[in-house]
Parts: sequence; C-alpha cells; structure tokens
Amino acid sequence: MSGLALLIPVALGMGLAGLAAFFWAMRSGQFEDPEGSAQRILIDDDDDGDEKG
Amino acid sequence: MTAAAPLEDAGRERTPCIDSRYTVPGMRCAGCIGKIERGLAAVPGVAAARVNFSAKRVAVSHVPDLTETDILHAIEALGFEAQLLTDNPLAQDPGETRDLLRALAVAGFGTMNIMLLSVSVWSGAGGVTRDLFHWLSALIAIPVIAYSGRPFFASAAMALRYRRTNMDVPISIGVLLATGLSLYETATGGPHAYFDGAVMLLFFLLAGRVLDGMMRDRAREGISALLKRSAPGAMIVQPDGSTRWTDARAIVPGMAMLVAAGDGLAADGIVETGRSSFDLSMLTGESDPQTAGPGDVALAGTVNLSSPITVRVTRAGDDTSIADIARLMDEAGQHRSTYVRIADRAAQFYAPAVHSLALAAFVGWMLAGVGVHQALLIAVAVLIITCPCALGLAVPAAQVVAAGALMKHGVLIKDGSALERLAEADHAVCDKTGTLTMGSPRPVALDRLSATQKSVALALAQASRHPISVALAGALGGEGVVPADVAEIVENAGEGLCGRWGATTVALTRPREATAALATRLTIGDSAVDLALVDPLRPDVAAMLAALKHLGIDAEILSGDRPRAVAKVAEQFGLPYRAGARPADKVARIEALAGQGRKVLMIGDGLNDGPALAAAHVSMAPGSASDVGQQAADAVFTSASLLPVALAVKVARRTMRIVRQNFALAIGYNVIAVPLALAGLVTPLIAAIAMSGSSLIVVGNALRLVRAAR
Repeated sequence: MSGLALLIPVALGMGLAGLAAFFWAMRSGQFEDPEGSAQRILIDDDDDGDEKG
Repeated sequence: MTAAAPLEDAGRERTPCIDSRYTVPGMRCAGCIGKIERGLAAVPGVAAARVNFSAKRVAVSHVPDLTETDILHAIEALGFEAQLLTDNPLAQDPGETRDLLRALAVAGFGTMNIMLLSVSVWSGAGGVTRDLFHWLSALIAIPVIAYSGRPFFASAAMALRYRRTNMDVPISIGVLLATGLSLYETATGGPHAYFDGAVMLLFFLLAGRVLDGMMRDRAREGISALLKRSAPGAMIVQPDGSTRWTDARAIVPGMAMLVAAGDGLAADGIVETGRSSFDLSMLTGESDPQTAGPGDVALAGTVNLSSPITVRVTRAGDDTSIADIARLMDEAGQHRSTYVRIADRAAQFYAPAVHSLALAAFVGWMLAGVGVHQALLIAVAVLIITCPCALGLAVPAAQVVAAGALMKHGVLIKDGSALERLAEADHAVCDKTGTLTMGSPRPVALDRLSATQKSVALALAQASRHPISVALAGALGGEGVVPADVAEIVENAGEGLCGRWGATTVALTRPREATAALATRLTIGDSAVDLALVDPLRPDVAAMLAALKHLGIDAEILSGDRPRAVAKVAEQFGLPYRAGARPADKVARIEALAGQGRKVLMIGDGLNDGPALAAAHVSMAPGSASDVGQQAADAVFTSASLLPVALAVKVARRTMRIVRQNFALAIGYNVIAVPLALAGLVTPLIAAIAMSGSSLIVVGNALRLVRAAR
C-alpha cells in the first residue's frame, strides 16, 4: 500500500509531463511543417545563415 | 522565458518589420528550401525568411519600405515562380482541428491512466484499494470528460435545440449517464465503475474527428496554394493626375482606372481612352478575345490583353458582374448544405434504436424486480456497448485513407461529404473551354513556315499578350527560333500587330475570312500565310469518358462558348451538348437534371461555371481553373489529363463500399454484444475489450484503401 502512494503520483506525473510536452510542441509550431522538417536535415548549413544558433 | 529572448529583442530594435506570405509551388527538395531562405535573407531589408515546405509557402519578415513586388522579383530571380498570398478564403477556422487534437491528447492521457487503475481492479483488487482506485479514476475522468467531451456535448445540444438528432446525441447521453452512474457506484463503494469506458469512447471518437479535420485542412491548404491573386485592386487616377494603387473594396463608381496590358479588371466600367482586346474566357467561356474601344463596356474579371486603357468605373464591389455570379453561387450552394452525411443518416435510425433498447432493458429488469440500481447499471452497459464507437471511426478512417491515396494521384478532395456525394454521381456535365480543352490555344502545322517566317512571327508575337500571340511565341520560342530584328511594332486592338523588318512591312493580323477556328495571318511584304490555332483537348478525354461510361455515368457538354466551337468537340466524342449558356442557364440545366432525379457531377473551371459547380450534387475543377471555380468545386485535380476524374469516382465508390462493410461489422458486433449487455453479463472489462476490438477492426478494414487509387 505504501508503494502505491509513491507509484500512483509518479505514473500520473509522467502522464501529465507527456501531455504538457505535446501541448508545448503544438504551441511552438512543431507540427506546422512536418515535410519541411524531414527535408531540412539534408541542408548543409555550414555558414549558419538564418537560424539563430 | 528563456535566455534567447533578450538577444532577439536587441536584434530587432531598428524598425518594426511587416510580414508577408508567398506561395512557391515549385519547391521540391531540401536544396530549394536552403536556396530560398538564404537567397531572401541576403536581400537588403529582409529580416527573416522561413519556408513552410508542407504548404509550399514562404513567410518573409521585411521592412515596410520593401514592397511585395520587390520580394516577388527576388524569389523569381532565385529561379522560382511565386505568388503573393492574400488572406486565404478557404481557411476560415484552422483552429478547429487543433482544438480537437488537444481534446484527443487529453482523452488519451485520461484513458491510459484510468486503464492503469482499472486493470488492477479487474485483476482482483478489492475493498479499500478498489474504492481508492475508483476515486482516483473519478478524479482523472471528470475533468477529462468535461474538457474532451465538449465537441460532442456542444454538437448534441445544437442538434437537440433544432429538434434533430445526430451521432453526438447518443454519445453524449451515454457518456454522461455512465459517468453519473460510476460516480454513484464510487460513492457507495460498488464494484463496477465505467470511467474507463466513457473516456476511451471519447478517445476513439475524437480520433475519428481529428482524422476528418486533418483531411479537410490538408486539401484546403493544397487548393489555396493554387489560388492566384485575382485583380484585388487597380491603379486609380487621382485628381492631380498621378495614379495610386487602390484596393478593390475602396473603388467607387466615377473613378478612372488605368489598366495595363495583361492586368485583370477590378470593377465594371466604360472604356474612356485606348482600344484593346479582352479575354472573356473566365467570365463567359468564350475562347475568342473581344475588342473594346472608347464607349464600350469592360467587365470585372476579364483580362486586358493588348494595350493600356483607361476605364471609367460604373459599378464596383458588390454591384459588378462578378459579384452577381458570386450571389448566384451562394443561392445555388444553399441546397447542398442540406445534404446529410452517411454517418448522420445512420444515426437517425441508430440513436432511437439504442435509446429504446436501453430503456427496454431498464424497464424489463425493473419488472424482473432487481431494483433501480441494478436495472440502471444494465441500461448503462447497453448504452456503452452500443455507443457508435466503431461507427464514428468507420466513416472518417475510410475517407481519410481514400483522400490520401487520391492526393498522391493529384486529386484534392475537400471533405468527406464530397467523397460520399462523388460516389453517388450518375450523370456528368462538362464545361468545354478550359475543362475538356486546355483553355489556351496552340498553333498547328508550324512546319509549313520557312525559317525566316518563323523568326519574323516570333518577333511580332513576343510584343503582345493576346492569347494567339502568346501561344505562337511560346511554340516558336520552344523550337529555339531566334526572333528577327523587327522594329516599330504597333498593336491595333482587334486587328493585330504590324512592324518594319529592314525595309519590309510585316504584320500578324486577323485572317481575312472569319472562321470558327482561331487563326492568324502572317504577312511579310507581299506574301501572306494563314496559321491555324486550336485549343487542344486535354489528354485522355476519350479514355475518361469511356471510364465514366463504364461506371454508368453519362456525360454531356454545357458551355458558354459559341455553338460552332462546341459542336466540333461534342461531335468528336458523340456527346449531347448545349452552347451559349450563361451562368444562370447552366444552373437551370443542372437543376432540371436534379429534378429528374439525377445526381450531377459538374466538371468546370471558369468564373461562369462557379454557380453550376455550387449547384451540382458534386463538382470537380482542374488546377488551372479560376479561383472561383476551385473554391466552388468539391475536388480539384492538378494534372493536365482528365483521367483523375474517373479515378476519383471509382475510389469514392470503393470507399463507400468499405464504409458499408464497416457499418456491417459494427452491426454484427452489436448483434453479439447487445444480448450480453441486455442479459446483464457485460462488466466494465468486457465493455473495454469489445470497444477497442471493434475500433481496431474497422480501422484495419479502412487501411485496405491505401492501394485503392492504383
């Protein structure tokens, strides 16, 4: 029983963290351009032009 | 929020930037993304450029001094064709799918956590542990249901307010009853709580809604990328003689517009100075341009072809001939909104059946004397088990998969209801200009010309925007002909071009006898040669008509062009035809066919087809169609070939077959599960297994459509 007191909050917390991460990803436009994200990895950006990096 | 924020502020202190968006359909690969983003960032005045590859768009943040035309030129200099994106008229509520997705995520979170607790209850947890787990479930389930259930509750409330019933009514009643009863069970320490069932139901149904919404959004994005910017304004002559760009909405009668060659007209008016020819094809379907001089009427939506003119505005905004067509379209489109989708039609029978079944179970068990609590529990089990989980998923899953398969073949379907109506079509009505034909003329038998004639013709044709000249210049330029050195080229609207080549007078004019076909006459000194042009048929017209016939769909031609031009095409394919039809005539013909009980598939492209496209049972437009045509149509095909039309009908019919199979599966599942529920044998565990099992089967069946378009 004492194990449950720890495990249930942990399980719930992890679920909530996942949900929060998904909401954050949606807000920050991660799903705006899925095809573009797949293509962008192929650009060799040596001069580091437009990204803020 | 983060350390990056102050840095960003420091970089953008100078001038506030404005944003503009462009559509660049030619983007194909990662190289294009890099080229456009880097190339634009190098343009002075551009703060940032960001490509959205999925939507084929570029968002540019730039200083206000840099005009949109400058940026368009910059993109063109990088080797891409671009168009300015104005407010997208199709994406009215892009947030709808996002809200559904959020609700789905919350429901998913709830389902998983409640299931975690339920599994231990099912595997034998008892006493205090079970009560604790039920309370925890209730704590998760109630906020989740309140949040994720909103789309269903809102839609059910709306339907009930209008004394109708839809799929959402049994869903809402089932979920609310199950939650209420489970709360009572929890409070009284009872053994069965249906929180998991209620939340899982919402999760599966939301998955169906999200799929449906994503399909709609994807097609709308695709179509809005094809839309051109249609004369949203004009250069208006100011009192001091200067000209200023004025938005179409700000133009009032009495103003004078300066219309350059190649520009569209933003308002109706009377030509004041200049003489030019006008391309009416989008407005009337007529393929031959018409000439207008001082005193003649020029209509909004037509394109000025040959020389700059001044037009005194007589009617603007909502009074123009285009606006008349838009109004006609609104009226024609109204009856279509009464179409009831197959899932809602099923719900009309399903909902009363389910409710009376649950009520019968309650009354029956009450009469059997088990008490209110037990009888209510069984009634709720019936509601949960019969809730149209598979039904809610059966239709959207099949339609999304089919729309995805069609999209790969260049057909954009606007929504699921379009697929349903497409499957029912039994009569096709085709426009001619721009639909059966390419909509732009091409010269024939160019080989008859000598090399000299070709180079002179090219030099003359290059100087004009008349469709014949553009076609000739395109064809000759494509052959690698070098234009001759022709000087002093003058264009006389309605007559043609003439110029001087060395000491010889050369001309490209109207042929001496007027014929049904488009033609032009090339004169070099004393010798003259006639050149015929045809508006070529789209490839595979015959194959498309044969395929439609095979599907049991008869076709006819309904065109605004002159009878002679229409008859030629109609005879070639042995189709019945009507020519010279105005937009209202087209709508009348379609309504007459609908009166005979035909389900009309309208295929058209022009502005003049807009009302007919909206009035037809279902409609398709080519990607080269006018904005109005593409917006009014249910589906747009992007290829030059017409075969996708028949393909779309075929896929739509297969989709409906799968949907009906899915319905049969759902009914079969109910036939087995309902007696169990009525007998009081369904526990929350059985309900959960039955629900997820039937949903998976339905989705699996829908996935068979992936290869439907092959």
